[in-house]
Order: sequence, then structure tokens, then C-alpha cells
Amino acid sequence: MNNNLKVLINGIIKENPTFVLLLGMCPTLATTSSAINGMSMGLATMFVLICSNMVISMLKNVIPDMVRIPAYIVVIATFVTIIEMVMNAYVPALADSLGIFIPLIVVNCIVLGRAEAFASKNGVFASIFDGAGMGLGFTLSLTVLGAVRELMGTGKIFSTNIYPERYGSLLFVLAPGAFIVLGYLIAIFNKLQHK
Amino acid sequence: MFLSLSIICLTVAVLLAQVNKMTAKPIADAKAMKLQNAISEVVPAFDNDPVAEAYRMPVGTGDSLLVYPAKKGDKVVGYAVNSSSNNGFSGEIQIMIGFDMEDRLINYAVLQHAETPGLGSKMTDWFKNKEKPSQSVIGRDLSQGALAVSKDGGEVDAITASTITSRAFLEAVNRAYQAYSESRENAYSGASPKNAAGKSNDEAGEIKKEDNSHE
Amino acid sequence: MTMELIGIIIVAIFVNNVVFSQFLGICPFLGVSKKVDTAIGMGLAVTFVLTIATLVTFLLQKGVLEPYGLEYLQTITFILVIAALVQMVEIVLKKISPALYQALGVFLPLITTNCVILGVAILVIQKDYNLLESVIYAIATALGYAMALIIFSSIREQMALTKIPKVMEGIPIALITAGIIAMAFMGFSGIDQVFK
Repeated sequence: MNNNLKVLINGIIKENPTFVLLLGMCPTLATTSSAINGMSMGLATMFVLICSNMVISMLKNVIPDMVRIPAYIVVIATFVTIIEMVMNAYVPALADSLGIFIPLIVVNCIVLGRAEAFASKNGVFASIFDGAGMGLGFTLSLTVLGAVRELMGTGKIFSTNIYPERYGSLLFVLAPGAFIVLGYLIAIFNKLQHK
Repeated sequence: MFLSLSIICLTVAVLLAQVNKMTAKPIADAKAMKLQNAISEVVPAFDNDPVAEAYRMPVGTGDSLLVYPAKKGDKVVGYAVNSSSNNGFSGEIQIMIGFDMEDRLINYAVLQHAETPGLGSKMTDWFKNKEKPSQSVIGRDLSQGALAVSKDGGEVDAITASTITSRAFLEAVNRAYQAYSESRENAYSGASPKNAAGKSNDEAGEIKKEDNSHE
Repeated sequence: MTMELIGIIIVAIFVNNVVFSQFLGICPFLGVSKKVDTAIGMGLAVTFVLTIATLVTFLLQKGVLEPYGLEYLQTITFILVIAALVQMVEIVLKKISPALYQALGVFLPLITTNCVILGVAILVIQKDYNLLESVIYAIATALGYAMALIIFSSIREQMALTKIPKVMEGIPIALITAGIIAMAFMGFSGIDQVFK
């Protein structure tokens, strides 16, 4: 169990998918115009990560080596389709704002990367924890990025006013802000890690 | 090798078909709910099912808009019109616009847009700000003539730095009014509402009263 | 009609540039943009695959998925078709044009997980484009991608010679540069008004 916890923490800090591994950049930049959007994208990805990691580690002895990548893709795409349908059904407004980036979880390199690097070699429980850790790390970074952009752009975090909106700079909510804020956050993360 | 891959694909297809079946109804419900909410936001209280009674009303050449009549008892109390404009800054703008029976715009709800966040996207509230009558379109009488932004000589203040979005918004509103007045014309096929155009509100109201007495 | 098509092209290349405004294909964008040569190679490979992939997925959607009510299998079918297509392109290219394969070969495996391909395949369905519009949109998007790659890699080649604070080296400064280019691209928004 202790080992599993280590795997979990590893995903959040040491191998943080966004700030350290630099994986899954497209949804990271595109869906973080507000904290809530970033968090929802992170949670959706986490669901896919945990489920696909679990199923793939269960099937790892059944799937022939030659066709493992297509098989992984099929498994991942299945869970992505499930979460897409569920979100459309129960949180349609959120599904609208994340838009095309929900189906694009399929090509998020984090998911396929963890399937290949971890789930195909480790047991079911360890894989679930790895998925959860990576997913949490991804969710946290997306939430932070979304919160910073929302705060600087509109003076709000999770739609709660922090300072008057007119002092915000719209740029941070628009496309350039995504690149710039992420660039600085990675630099800060680098600085903290190499202390 | 191919066998195991085919088995996986088959299992997956069956699984997805099941989930699709389970979520199909909630997805349809959510869509219907959104439409229903938008309609009840923009017209007076009603007790019919406007969605079931919706019809297409031709506007201009080869184009038509969906009109949702709101009725209380047997009497029509307002029309919600699903209008759109392609002349926004980016992509289509779709708006539900509600009118009462006196040519006045009651309220609107933006259904879909892809305008710049923080600029054009302000249209969701900008044109219903009651504290600033020069930018609000609520309560305006469209029989007085089509709405236009002040830059084009109209009376509506455009969204700051988003004139194109504002023009597109008003275009959608004016199109909706066309569909609305056509609808009223059809409903009261005795008197033409066009006679009311240019006259004051009171007169328009009187004409409407007469219409009712005809019925 | 022609005007509309020109509008689609201008919007896809400049106004809604895949990288700077739609955030598609960022990973390879950051990965292969250190040198102009590799950027050109990647740009060509994406153009090639994206055009074919959009054509095939479009026909599949209209010919198979929609008639049989299987729209919910869209994501899974598209990604499998794209993966298979990339493999096939690789094999065919190797046979027919070894020179082209030499130039593009190393980039092809990277393309399956490039979200530009799947993204555009889904977008043309969402936008309700017809076949011609879809293909034009795909080509224009790919050109926009290639242009973004080439602009960015030329800047990064210069940047390699510049002194940069240690924590900002590599990805952070690259992202901030991309942010500034994105700002410049915002200036294009609205030019498609001319084509309406």
C-alpha cells in the first residue's frame, strides 16, 4: 500500500504530467480559460486514465504484443466515448464548453503513454494508483493554470470575485494568455524543484 | 492475434451500444430542457407546449426561422423566435428572441456563439442591462423600425470594441421581428399588423384590442 | 461559392490558426520546432496525412456511421482509421517514393497521436461542411500548421544563440514566444468579414 501511495505522489509532483513531463499540452492550453473548465477537463482525463490503466493491466497477458498499440487505443477510445456520452447527458453546458477536447482525450499522450509505460508492466492495483496519481497531477495543474488565467483575466476564481473585473487583463483568458501563463508556471515549477 | 483484436473490438462495440442506449434519453432530455428554458425565459407565462406547436416562418429569400408560439388558454401571449446571424466575428450567432403581442421585445437568450470571450461574448448580458437603456433592447418597440447600432445611425449602443458582434446581434433581432410580424399577420388574418408600423404604442395596442374583438 | 471557399482558407490559416488559436498539435509543435528543416518535414507530413485522413473519415462518417445510426462510434472509428492510414501511407511511400519517404518517414509515426488529424476530422463533421469544403479546410489547416511550425522554428533557431535565464530555458521561453506570436495572430481576426 505504501508503495501505491508513492506511485500516487510521484504522479502529482515528481512526474507531474504538465509541468515536468510536458504531456497533453493541447487540452492544457485550450480548456483552462477558467478554473472550473480546467478542473473538469482534468477529471474527465483522470477517469479515462484510471479505467484504461485498469483494463489494460488486466488484459496485458491476453493481448498479443504485435497488436498491443491498436488494442490500447481501442480501450482508451471506449472510455473516452463513454465519458463523452455521460457528460453530454448530465452536464451539457460543461460538455459544450470543453467541446472537441473531450473526444481528443484519445490522442492525449498521457493516456497512451501510461498504458505503454506502466499498465502493461504492472499489476492492476498499482496501475489504478498510477492512473489516479497522473490524473490528479494533471487535474491539479489544469486547475491551477485555469485559476491563474481566470484571476488575471477577470478577477475571479471559480467565478468568485477576488478583485473588480475592470482591473483584469482580457489577454489572459484569450489564446496568448494560455501560452504565456503556462510558460511562467513551468519556469516557477523548475525553480522550486531545483532548489 | 487478429482474433483477440476482433474480440476486443466486438466487446467494445457492444458495450458502447449499451451506454449509448442508456444515455440517449438523458441527452435528448437535456437538449429539450435547454430549448424549453430559453423559451420560457423570453416570453410571458404560458401553458401550452411551444416546442410541439413550433413552425417555420420564411424570412427573406430562401431562409426560414423557427417560431414558437406561447399560449395561455387559447390566446397567444407571445412568440419566441429562434433567430441567427452569420455575420458575427466568428461563427454563427444563435439567439432565442421573445416578443409580446405589441411588437415589443420581451427578452432574449443567446443559444450559441463563438465570439471572442470578454468582448463579443458580452452580448449575453449587454443588451438586457436595464440600468443602461441606451444599450438595452428589452422593451423596445420594433414596429418603430429596425434596430441598429448608434454608429450606423440607430439607437442601440454597441458593445465596446465589438461593433461587428453588435451588428450581427441586431441583425438576428430584426430577422426575428420579421418572422414575428409575419406570424402575427397569419394569426390575425383580418387586420394587417403592418398598418401599425410607424404609429405610437397606444394605437398599436388599440389595433390589437380590435383584433381580439374580431375573434 | 468560390468566395466562401476562400473565406474558409483564410480563416483556417490565419484567423483560427490551429496552433495559435485552436491549440491543436501542440506537443509535436514544441517537439520538432528546434530546426527549420525538421519543421518543414513535419509540416509536409501533416499536410499529406491530414488531407487523406479527412477525406477518408468524412466518407466513412457519411457512408457508414450516419446511415446506420452509429455516430457514437465516431471517436473510436476515426482514431483507428487514422492509425491504420498512417501505417499504410508509410508502407506505400516506402515502395513508391523512397525519396519522399526519406524526408517524411521519421515524422509519420508521430502523426497518429497528433491531435490535429483527429481534431480536424471531427471538426469538419461538427461544422457540417460538404466534401469539397472539408478537404479545402483540411489542406488550409495543415498549411496553417506548417506555417506556424516554420515561423516558430526560425525564431527558436535564433533563440538558441541567445542568453536566457536558466529556469526559462527550453519549453518555458518557447511557450512565452508562442504566446507573443499568438497575440500577433489575433490581429487577423475579423479579416474574413471581407469574404462575406
